[in-house]
Amino acid sequence: MTRKVLEVKDLRTSFFSPEGEIPAVDGVNFHLSEGEILGIVGESGCGKSVTSLSIMGLVPTENGKVVGGSIRFHGEELTKATAKRMRQIRGKEIAMIYQEPMSSLNPVFTIGSQLMEAIRTHNKISREEAAKKAIEMLNLVGLPRADELIHEYPHQLSGGMCQRVMIAMAVACGPKVLIADEPTTALDVTIQAQILDLMKNLNQELNTSIIMITHDLGVVAELCDRVAVMYAGKIVEEGSVDVIFQQPKHPYTIGLIQSIPDIRFKKDRLYSIPGYVPKPGTIKKGCHFAQRCEHAFDVCKEETPKMVVSLDGHAVRCFLHGTLKEEKHDRNIIKS
Amino acid sequence: MTYVVRRFLLLVVTLIFISVITFLVFQILPGDPVRTMLGPDADEAQVETLKQQLGLDQPGHVQYLHLVEGFFQGDMGDSIRFSRPVTGLIMERLPITLSLAVISLIIVILVTIPLGIFSAKREKKWSDFFLSSFTQLGMAVPTFFVGMVLILFIGMSFQFFTTGGYVPWSESITGAIGSLILPALTIALPQIAISFRYVRNAILEQSKLDYVRTARGKGVSEAIVIYKHVLRNSLIPVVTVFGLILAEVIAGTIVVEQVFSLPGIGRLLITAVSYRDFPVVQGIVLYIALVVVVINFIVDILYAVLDPRIRLKS
Ligand SMILES: Nc1ncnc2c1ncn2[C@@H]1O[C@H](COP(=O)(O)OP(=O)(O)OP(=O)(O)O)[C@@H](O)[C@H]1O
Ligand SMILES: [Mg+2]
Repeated sequence: MTRKVLEVKDLRTSFFSPEGEIPAVDGVNFHLSEGEILGIVGESGCGKSVTSLSIMGLVPTENGKVVGGSIRFHGEELTKATAKRMRQIRGKEIAMIYQEPMSSLNPVFTIGSQLMEAIRTHNKISREEAAKKAIEMLNLVGLPRADELIHEYPHQLSGGMCQRVMIAMAVACGPKVLIADEPTTALDVTIQAQILDLMKNLNQELNTSIIMITHDLGVVAELCDRVAVMYAGKIVEEGSVDVIFQQPKHPYTIGLIQSIPDIRFKKDRLYSIPGYVPKPGTIKKGCHFAQRCEHAFDVCKEETPKMVVSLDGHAVRCFLHGTLKEEKHDRNIIKS
Repeated sequence: MTYVVRRFLLLVVTLIFISVITFLVFQILPGDPVRTMLGPDADEAQVETLKQQLGLDQPGHVQYLHLVEGFFQGDMGDSIRFSRPVTGLIMERLPITLSLAVISLIIVILVTIPLGIFSAKREKKWSDFFLSSFTQLGMAVPTFFVGMVLILFIGMSFQFFTTGGYVPWSESITGAIGSLILPALTIALPQIAISFRYVRNAILEQSKLDYVRTARGKGVSEAIVIYKHVLRNSLIPVVTVFGLILAEVIAGTIVVEQVFSLPGIGRLLITAVSYRDFPVVQGIVLYIALVVVVINFIVDILYAVLDPRIRLKS
């Protein structure tokens, strides 16, 4: 069995406003194995970015906080790590590619100096060596004329170029875990494909474990080994990519898959899940998806379904798939 | 570097504009300077002769060109009261006013930036609230009052500070600082109150931006995050404020030189106004205007230095 690099258990992260607590991440469980690519999918606002920021220890401190659960990196508890220890881990062990590449770079420093900062924070090497390494990294992510690029500023680069710079920065210190938060959303299709190839190479050549956050199931199918489907702060279904695409169980996952445009069949209208993602904290009880679910019955609105894992590792959080008490004995299920 | 060229052209245009305005204002001002000079007993012939000497009998545009020419040659005519060249009078007093302004600005910068960072990091905590309220209060207190209080409570109790008069730098450096520090503080305090909020807000605003998260994500220390990444970006709006403050500081010297009896430009200006010493007033107004316009130009240049988006814009 492969080693687990990252284990997230019952992670809860909230934001606090005068109106009260907003549970953006509401009990999330998953793990990441060595060399694995895990996809996390879900609609906008379901808590994907907040989950990754929680792992990085970068939840905005002015109004946000990890309020519960555990994040273990190679067995080490990160939610209780000191600020100093977290600084050693960030960038070196776990690195992240942020969602907005343009604004994620500092506008007043050159690309080179920002890359070199990432490199020199964790490696005691000279400026010259760091500059060489920076150029090397820019070449690695497929940026042309890297030796000129290091003297340029973020506003002189396109969005796609900024995104590559962010990737170069994230992988510069050879992290064990790379969290990529929608790294392709802002890019056009051809560049998207190049970036995905790049991630695949990193994964294969450096054995980097990757968490790939996206709301594009096409990206998941292309890249990931396993996928977790997130809805309103919770993971509702998880399993290997093949299983999830062929036998999705959760009505939300089924809806997501149905709404992928299929170029082979020209449909009059694309399917889309009716309704909207509820704002975090507005649903007090029951399944978070119940109000949009065509199969919902009474219990769905009253009780929160538990995650049920079948023997093939396919996990689902839905009463349709056996979490009612009487069914427990019939099926060989493990509760998480 | 078209940006710098554009800014420089703006500087020239502003200077022309200000010199015309100054010239016109002195044309329509009541009180004939020539009569003031000669006293009430002078007859018409004497007045006419002096007017000729001063070039005041010539048409307006000739007088104006004469003024501009003199301005660049450092010849602004002679003072009526002191019977000496105006430029000489100004140059003698300039070191005092300039030292005062520079020391004040340094105090403002040295206090405001750390205080702004401190306060921004404690947003919504009581210390931030206290500082904000306290500085609000500071803005409301008039400069001369601050000066009096400082003279009374600090100047009178400590030997080091001189509460009146000026010790030239050439005589004693500590003496000069001792005689300038209280007046400089007097000018600086209200300006600290004003600029503190700008600095705090600029830092607060910047520290919420995405690039700050990226910096933290690299694992750099909090000091680098704040002093390198955040502060560097905050300086762009803050420089504007310090530019405005420097103009305020120069205005502040006029009042403070009175309170602390410092023989600077401000006192010269007040004396000149009360004696209707028209060439001196005109000279000072023009030179102050020049200084302020040049400061604005420097601020514009600083923008370009600080912000590559301005520097590299074609
Ligand atoms: N700084 C913040 N302050 C308050 N609420 C926040 C903050 N950041 C995120 N949230 C809330 O947390 C919830 C989850 O946000 P998150 O950014 O994780 O969504 P996401 O899944 O990444 O969506 P997207 O696909 O749009 O990136 C949202 O409802 C959002 O309103
Ligand atoms: Mg997001």
